[in-house]
Amino acid sequence: MIELHDVHKRLGTREILRGLTLKVPKGMNFVLMGPSGTGKSVTLKHVIGIFKPDRGTVHVDGQDVPSMDNQQLMALRKRMGYLFQNGALINWLTVAENVALPLKEHSRLPRSEVDDRVHQVLGMVGMDHAAQQFPPSISGGMKLRAGLARALVTNPEYVLYDEPNAGLDPIISHQIHELIAEVRDRLSVTGLIVTHSRACAVQCGDRIGILEAGKLAVEGSVDEMVRSEHPLAKAFLGGGAD
Amino acid sequence: MNPFAKLTDTLIVRAEGAGYVVNLLLRTFVVVPHLPRRWRFLLDNAFNAGVRALPVTMIVAAFAGAILAMQTGIELRRFGNSNVLGTITALSMCREMGPFITAVILAATVGSAIAAELGTMKVSDEIDALEVMSIDPVDYLVLPRVVAMAMMCPTLTVLSNLIGIYGGSVIAEQNLGVSPDLYWSSAIESLTSSGTLLPKEAYVGLFKALLFGVAIATVSCAAGLRARGGALGVGLAVQVAVRNSVILIIVLGFIVTWFFYFLD
Ligand SMILES: Nc1ncnc2c1ncn2[C@@H]1O[C@H](COP(=O)(O)OP(=O)(O)OP(=O)(O)O)[C@@H](O)[C@H]1O
Ligand SMILES: [Mg+2]
Repeated sequence: MIELHDVHKRLGTREILRGLTLKVPKGMNFVLMGPSGTGKSVTLKHVIGIFKPDRGTVHVDGQDVPSMDNQQLMALRKRMGYLFQNGALINWLTVAENVALPLKEHSRLPRSEVDDRVHQVLGMVGMDHAAQQFPPSISGGMKLRAGLARALVTNPEYVLYDEPNAGLDPIISHQIHELIAEVRDRLSVTGLIVTHSRACAVQCGDRIGILEAGKLAVEGSVDEMVRSEHPLAKAFLGGGAD
Repeated sequence: MNPFAKLTDTLIVRAEGAGYVVNLLLRTFVVVPHLPRRWRFLLDNAFNAGVRALPVTMIVAAFAGAILAMQTGIELRRFGNSNVLGTITALSMCREMGPFITAVILAATVGSAIAAELGTMKVSDEIDALEVMSIDPVDYLVLPRVVAMAMMCPTLTVLSNLIGIYGGSVIAEQNLGVSPDLYWSSAIESLTSSGTLLPKEAYVGLFKALLFGVAIATVSCAAGLRARGGALGVGLAVQVAVRNSVILIIVLGFIVTWFFYFLD
């Protein structure tokens, strides 16, 4: 379970998070929506300990994340996958090497097993044909899918998805949404998903929260949110929304 | 804002930056035992640095040697002492000019490239991605670059020295009427006379080059890792890297010469 309670965070001169409280129960996908620049990516970075809150608490499975030492943080991060906005691949490694990176650096798996596993996750995101290409030569959507493969390669218990369908065409988007839902159902992965897309929220989400002015403005199950009269919920999830 | 507060702010920012660089250097030393796992990146980086800097360094070194020979040759001719021209050119190339110009060119070519590369990685979340995978960016990115520069700066310096001395010999022969025989024999004698394996001038110069290489790489990595705010931030990081490298090269060069020649 991921729990943020009353998190405040100032970056530069602006206070980005102002009392954010959010709970992601085990085995669920929580969808975080909200206008650009409201701190959705910043929120994800708090969960995995890249940022520490100025005030408030962040817990994963009851453990306090900001107070973790390096060892504990490493242990936590081993259990978490993180899809960064735009993939964040290393440019001078091929797609396959990028995906293999978390396996190679820390586990003593034999090479053939690493290769098998990499091949398998690249297949899951539909990227096995591009395994030997370098990130600068592939499209944004392909980078994102490679990033998703890297997030899933270690069989994490938690995955943080930052805009998993940005720049994808509707067909591949649909496949990625199915993959995210499947990862939850089959591997009981807990997910925190940042997205602007109604389709993604409805297809992969169990609960939806909308972030505005540094805290959740409205939150509820997918059904509740789709029918909600709240103006933000209507803007993000109403009939006109994409 | 009053000027005094502004000055203190600037000083605090500078001190923070310097602290970050020193801290980064220490963290790099700590992970040196991991070097064998990074040999592929190390060789890549060393090769890139060599290829980037070699042509410019050679051209500049040749002219620097020529200038040195002209500059001192004019005065020596007045006193009728042209026969020591080889000695003076060789010694100043090896002790000061060779390491200095090599390092400045490395700062401009390789240092700027390092800052741009790591800066781009920083602003596109790639550094965070490494941390999330529990890969230490110092171990993975900084260490191979620092060691590559520590190797390449002295190597290129040796080449610069040779070419600089050669550049001086052209001037000596063409414009100052010093015979090549005399020039080269005095140059070689000055660099081998001390009876030790490596004369002091040469090893002081190479020691400087080593320090310069480490300094350029560390300062440039630090600038890149501290970049923020998109492409503009990357540009700023490059500027900071080159500026700080050049300042450090001059200050460290002074300190080393002072240490070896005036402190006894
Ligand atoms: N490391 C940082 N230092 C300073 N400011 C930052 C940093 N990271 C993010 N910010 C600022 O925090 C704010 C929120 O950023 P964040 O990336 O979380 O937005 P977002 O909700 O993910 O938006 P988008 O939908 O565009 O991705 C932005 O104004 C950004 O400029
Ligand atoms: Mg974002």
